[in-house]
This record gives sequence, structure tokens and C-alpha cells, in this order.
Amino acid sequence: MPKTIIEKIWNEHVVDQQEGAPAILAIDLHLVHEVTSPQAFTGLRARGLKVRRPDRTVATADHSIPTTPRNLPIADEMAAAQVKQLEANCAEFGVPLHGWESPNQGIVHVIGPELGLTQPGATIVCGDSHTATHGAFGALAFGIGTSEVEMVLATQCLLQRKPKTYLVRVDGTLRPGVSAKDIILALIARIGVGGGTGHVFEYAGSAIRDLSMEERMTICNMSIEGGARAGLVAPDETTFAYLKGRPHAPQGADWDAAVARWRTLTSDDGATYDKEIVIDADTLEPMVTYGTNPGMGLPISGTIPNPADESDPAAARALTRALEYMDLRAGDSIIGRPVNTVFIGSCTNGRISDLRLAANVLKGQTIAKGVRVMVVPGSADVKRQAEREGLDKIFRDAGADWREAGCSMCIAMNGDQLAPGEYAISTSNRNFEGRQGKGGRTFLASPLTAAATALTGVIADPRTLPGMSR
Amino acid sequence: MAAPRVGTFTTGLVPLPAENVDTDQIVPARYLKVIDKAGLADALFHDWRFEADGSKKSPPFVIDEPRYAGHGILVAGDNFGGGSSREHAPWALGAFGIKAILATSFADIFKSNALKNGILPIILPAELHGTLMQIAKDDLAATVTIELATATLTTPDGTAHQFPIDAFSQKMLLDGLDELDYIRTQGEKILAHETSHPGTINTLQPNAPR
Ligand code: SF4
Repeated sequence: MPKTIIEKIWNEHVVDQQEGAPAILAIDLHLVHEVTSPQAFTGLRARGLKVRRPDRTVATADHSIPTTPRNLPIADEMAAAQVKQLEANCAEFGVPLHGWESPNQGIVHVIGPELGLTQPGATIVCGDSHTATHGAFGALAFGIGTSEVEMVLATQCLLQRKPKTYLVRVDGTLRPGVSAKDIILALIARIGVGGGTGHVFEYAGSAIRDLSMEERMTICNMSIEGGARAGLVAPDETTFAYLKGRPHAPQGADWDAAVARWRTLTSDDGATYDKEIVIDADTLEPMVTYGTNPGMGLPISGTIPNPADESDPAAARALTRALEYMDLRAGDSIIGRPVNTVFIGSCTNGRISDLRLAANVLKGQTIAKGVRVMVVPGSADVKRQAEREGLDKIFRDAGADWREAGCSMCIAMNGDQLAPGEYAISTSNRNFEGRQGKGGRTFLASPLTAAATALTGVIADPRTLPGMSR
Repeated sequence: MAAPRVGTFTTGLVPLPAENVDTDQIVPARYLKVIDKAGLADALFHDWRFEADGSKKSPPFVIDEPRYAGHGILVAGDNFGGGSSREHAPWALGAFGIKAILATSFADIFKSNALKNGILPIILPAELHGTLMQIAKDDLAATVTIELATATLTTPDGTAHQFPIDAFSQKMLLDGLDELDYIRTQGEKILAHETSHPGTINTLQPNAPR
């Protein structure tokens, strides 16, 4: 029977499957961070258990750490205690840690690929819902809760039911000014935030093949925003070229053997999926969200929808509430909405290619008066690379704030946050109420759209930038 | 930590007719800096319940209304628990006294996390859900009985309805069994799989020259 890549990876990793019970699934890589792990280590200690495979476990601090210079201590006492707890747990259990002052520190979903730990065909978990990012390499990667973190630490296994499969085929070619972020925001706007529940997305089609690894990561990253715990892209030459020579990638004869195996990780001709959707890349515009979940997005030339046009009463209620929270009026265009803050960063769009795109827009320009622009690299390595290329100088000269690596205002745990009522355009992945600070209001968009907006202070169409028209 | 055990319980309803309630609403991120599970009851729905100065909103958010005090079943809108994987969400719900959530659908990770903490995410057909939402709003004395052994929910008029729950989770919760203990009973198979699937990922040893 022809199989999808999802089934192939699944089958490889089933340790045991009892009638009526979930499968015991073997995990190849477990990523750990400070926020969702402390209670799991406490659990291990209470049971008198060890970490079964420290060599398949890696930790970093990213969520609660400040993005101010690293020679300053962590001012927030609770955050400091949490980071210290992570250090103590990793030391006690022998887990390698790229701590908050390490040159390899970064957002967990940025450093895994960077270090070559994220590899095709692997099962990858983390106590973090954006673990699907690693699916860009053809890995089955998904977020888990803290009880599950404890299970994986103890056994390197997890109880899982076989997921359903969902083919997302993106055909055609993206227009200038339209990017990977816009593909995923368009998908979620179409299927809704619960559209992929119970499924794993496989992203395929010519527009996906044309994307770089970093762009594929942007797309897989937001699978959870469409309700799917995981999303992946079958590996190809782009994948292998990205991985080759990375610190933890196989080398020499091992590399050749690995690539030969990875080449078999494609969905067979005739493989069937539980659901399918086709998106035409040629018709996509830059996308912006207007509401309080990532499914509330529209093409940038569009107008804010009217609850009165919603046939489903629940959807109408949700829209009314969202517009109230966002203080937006149905029928207004999204272009021209003023913002207070521009946030460029996160595990969705905090990689070097994202920073290059934004810097390219801001080069030699000045950001709009009264607007705060925060640029937060996804990892210490991204930061170093950006500085080698002089991007930090471009951002600073334009009036932007250049920070240390971390999650920062994507989740606003560390003091980088909006004031109540403020608007941000953000390259992150969630526009939930209060996500970027209590009472803050978020427009999600691509780095290009965010940078264009930084120049004008109001939501701007990146296609009007010089060099974008055709 | 002992595994949770769930049997039969009878309790009142709390209406929360909002769709897509995400885990950032259930527990805002700034409450995730804890290193234990205790004390999250006040973090539950924090920004919907409290003013900036920490006082309760007036009128209070539904779970704080005195007339719903002690009610253990939340009747929520569609796709409850989306977004972040934070298990702090069911910890906080449990700490507040919520035993079950009724909705037309749940996000995957939340559902899994809730079951591990003895909170039942019960999926109901739209019509029954609508009826119970109305009862929750109108009839404060109404109670619902949930019997896990038979996977039935008995509405205030005495009608019993079957709800879906996977047989494995049902048994684990009924018997108070622990999933980690269950996995550990399969140690030999885990070892055999590890031996036959050595893999190429090693977090302790970088292999490429730097
Ligand atoms: S950048 Fe945001 S979404 Fe990504 S891991 Fe950090 S908090 Fe989560």
C-alpha cells in the first residue's frame, strides 16, 4: 500500500501497539526549555528515575529570559529562579544545556535546526506547541504537555494515537512581496484555528519546493495555529544542503548513508490523505490578522469583516468580541491602521533570512516617529551572523532596538510587552488577547509587511516598496 | 505524584459561551514562571477576572459569580484549549475545582493534558451542548452527573447520554493508573527498539569539525 511520509515515520517509531491502547512511540530528540520542564524534573526525582537518554535530550533557556545585554543579571526574580532551576536540573540529570549565556543559546526551535540536531525522519518533541517547526526537515515533530515531558525524560517514549493526515498542496509561484508567512496565514484563514485538529499537515506542491529551509520552518511552525499538532515537508536537496556540515549532522560515510535513507522519506505516488486542500500561490497577497486568533486574517488589500455577514451565530459572536477587543470597525481597510510597536522576531520569523528581509527595507531609512521597533534575533548565532553582516547597524541607524536572543514579545513573559490598548504588528504567531502584554493588540504579518509598517507607522503593503513591483 | 482517579460525580454547570478559548486566556503566560504546580487557581482566566490592580472585576467574570460557586462543570464553546501546550491550563482548572469541560470540540494538546490531570474533556453533539449551555444560564440548581465507568452524562431531566472517551484513558482514570508506569512496563520492547534503531542524533557529541 502506498504510504505518506507521515505514516512511514510513524511506523518506524512504534515500539509497541496493544489492541485498544495508544502506541508507544520512540522519540529521537527531546528539546527542553525552562518553562515547561521544572515540574517534569520534580516528578522524575519523586519517582527516583533518571533521564533515560541524555544524548537525545537538549535544553536551552528562551521563554522567560530578558533580551537586555547578557552581562546584566535577570532582574525578574521568578524568571531568574526558573532559569537557575533549569541549570540545576540539567546538571543533576546530565542533560546538555545551552544556557542563557551560551553562544548556542536561542529559541528552542531555532537552535535545533541550527545545530543540525533536527534531522529528517526523526520524531521530535518539546513541551512547546511550536515544535512542528522542525517538521520543515521531514521530521514528525509536535508539542507535548509537562506530564509527557516527564514520560519522555524517563523512557524516551510517549503514548500516542496515530494521527490523521492532511495534505496542504501549494501550487504556483509567490508574487514579489508575498512570503512563506503569508502562505501559512492564508491557510489558517481558510481552514480556521480548529481545521487541522487530529491531523498532521504535509505541505507539498511547487511553491513549497521553491522555499528555503527557513521559509519552510516559518510555515511548519504555525501548523498548530491551524489546529494540527504537527506539519512537515518531505526532505529534498534543499534540506540536505542546509544540514550538511552542521555541528550535530552526520558526517563522512555516515552522512552518505543518512542521505540515502532520507531520500526514501517521500509520500508514495497514490498515497491517500484523510483531508486535502489546494492553495494557489499566484493569487496570494500579503496577509494580516485583524482579530484575536490566527484564523482571523485577511489579504492586506481587504477590509475588516462584518459580524452581520456571518451565517454562523457562534462565529458572529466571536468576531464581534474580537473587533471589540481590537477596537476595529467592520468595513474599514486594514491598510492604514496605526501601530505603536513593531516586533520582528520569534521562532516563526526570527531567523537570519527574516532579519535580512527586514533590514533590506529599513536600510538607509528612518522608522516612523513615535513607533517602537524591536528586533529580536531567534538565537545567539543568528545575532552574531546579523552583526557580521552589519544588519544590527542598519536597524539601529533606522531607529530600531536591537536585542539579545529569546522569545521576547512573542509571549511577553520577560517584560518585553505592550501596554494595555497598544497595537503591535508582529512577525510572531499568536494574536490572542493579551499575548503580547495584558490588553495589548496584535496584528500578525510577515517580516516584509512589519518592516514596511515600521517606516510609515501604519499598516503598509510591502508590495509598494521599491523593488517589489513587477 | 499519584495518578488521578475519576469515578462518578454530580455537580453544577458554569456557562462560558466563547469559542476558541485558548490556553493563553486560561492561564496568561506571565503565570508560567512557577516551578511547581501549586497556587494556579488565581491564575485561571486571570485577565478576564481581575482588574490591573488585582481586584476582581465588577460584575465578576462568570466563574467568580457567587451563584456559580462550587459548580464543577464548565460548558464552553467550540475548540476549547487551543494554542500553547502549557499544562498549567488543566492544573489551574483543577485547582479551581473544575472536573469536566463540555464542548463541541477540543484542541488536541489540551485534551491530552486535561485527561492526564483527571479533568474530563467531554465532546457533545451541538444540540445537547446547546441545551446544557441554556440550562447552565437559566437553572442554577440544575446538576449533571457524570459516570466515567459507563461514559454517561445524565442531564437534569434524568436522561443519560453516552459521551466518547477512548477506552485506554477511561481505564487509566478509573483505576488511577499512571501512563508513565504503563510505558515502563514495556522496558524490554523499548530497549529492543533502541538497539535496532540507533539513529544519528546525538546531543552530547557534535561530530562535524567546527
Ligand atoms: S518564540 Fe514565541 S512561539 Fe516561539 S517558542 Fe518562543 S514563545 Fe513560543
